[in-house]
Amino acid sequence: MIRRMFSRPERWQMFIREFFRQMVDIGVGSAFIVLLVSIFIGAVTAVQTAYQLYGTPFVPSSYIGLIVRNTVIFELAPTFTALILAGKVGSNLASELGSMRVTEQIDALEIMGVNTESYLIATRIFAALVTIPILVAIASFAGIMGGYAATAAGSYYNVEDYVQGIRMFFHPFDVQLMFIKSFAFSFIVSSISCYMGYYVQGGSVEIGRASTKAVVYSCIFVLLADYVIAELLL
Amino acid sequence: MIEIRNISKSFGEQHVLHDVSAVFESGKTNLVIGISGSGKTVLMKIMTGLISPDQGEVFFNDRSFFDLSRAEQKLLRREIGMLFQGSALFDSLTVEENVMLPLNMFSNATAKEKLNRVNFCLERVNLSGSNKKYPGELSGGMKKRVGIARAIVLNPKYLFCDEPNSGLDPRTSIVIDDLIIEITKEYNMTTIINTHDMNSVMEIGEKIVFLFKGQKDWEGNSSEILSATDENLNAFIFASDFLREARDALKEKKGLM
Repeated sequence: MIRRMFSRPERWQMFIREFFRQMVDIGVGSAFIVLLVSIFIGAVTAVQTAYQLYGTPFVPSSYIGLIVRNTVIFELAPTFTALILAGKVGSNLASELGSMRVTEQIDALEIMGVNTESYLIATRIFAALVTIPILVAIASFAGIMGGYAATAAGSYYNVEDYVQGIRMFFHPFDVQLMFIKSFAFSFIVSSISCYMGYYVQGGSVEIGRASTKAVVYSCIFVLLADYVIAELLL
Repeated sequence: MIEIRNISKSFGEQHVLHDVSAVFESGKTNLVIGISGSGKTVLMKIMTGLISPDQGEVFFNDRSFFDLSRAEQKLLRREIGMLFQGSALFDSLTVEENVMLPLNMFSNATAKEKLNRVNFCLERVNLSGSNKKYPGELSGGMKKRVGIARAIVLNPKYLFCDEPNSGLDPRTSIVIDDLIIEITKEYNMTTIINTHDMNSVMEIGEKIVFLFKGQKDWEGNSSEILSATDENLNAFIFASDFLREARDALKEKKGLM
């Protein structure tokens, strides 16, 4: 399957058109929910960190910004975005391909001589590999801004301290790690979901099962990969 | 011409096809008939290369499909059109885009030439003006006709139809049958149809292969069916009292009794 997926498409124009269609589906379709969740996660992280540190004389309040930034970039933005997308995009990919399989649309393409692994699966995986890291970058920015908004709205500490905190001890590697995680998670979510959908056999019940399996396995492997990457790279 | 030789296929312990051989001639409507579960669809999937047989060969004008390289199989597939039981149209694409898809994939024609070809095919199946409709907006018969238009858009030499009349009323079934037979004659295609439809068997069956429990049980044409002595075939074709009476009346009329 993987060899066929990376073989030359019948027509690049059709491949690229499908790739862009999938990018729009994955990216634009998921941007709002990712943005919303990220803002609130950033805000809650800021409030809870401030609560934990409240009254501690040895930790300056600017550390709240630092902790929010690192937590969001290291963990919350890539992992939460991947888990959200495992639910939204993963189930969508599995059910779309599963329904194409059950209604013989994939067979129709095969009989035409189309390499369906390339046209249907590779386009979706490549689209996820491009789009999901962009969503993760947006999510991390939104998360930090959520923390900023909570700071402005709350009374535990002031905005200047928060801004100072998010600028403290910045290492470009932190952002690299975020992107490494997001690429790995994109591949996990899209490939598992496409696999589950592409090999569906049966009817609507099996499509539902494939969709559920896609979400569950994607979530498990995302969390596992999260740990492995952290263990290896930190 | 398509020839199948000694095709056998099993799925685990279940033997679906056993030593089936037949020749399907070009310019003719060749029917494969049989009760549900007799192996018709599996045979069609083997002939179209969607699944491999455990044993046997499929020849497209003396080219053995399973001996060809993958690239050669892909080229051969461009000579194959297929109408699926459920039409297998792409829901997210309009009628025009569905029919144009094979052209976009494999043709080097200009956009205008492709559109002209699509319009020609849609006109051929009496669906002019439906270009911008989505499959969800079409009736069952219209979907089948779009499926036929898509199947013939690349001028195939071989046309496979899997139960083209399923889910259609008798009148629409006749329209689809007439269309298939017209197209077969017009383009001198080798057309193979899987069907349960008795009207199709009697009206368009120029060559009929009857499968029973995965084996070829009878072979002939629609006029030979009336005098066939094969018990399984008679039980399948003339399943009701009404059909048996109709057969006897027809035989009497033709002086076959």
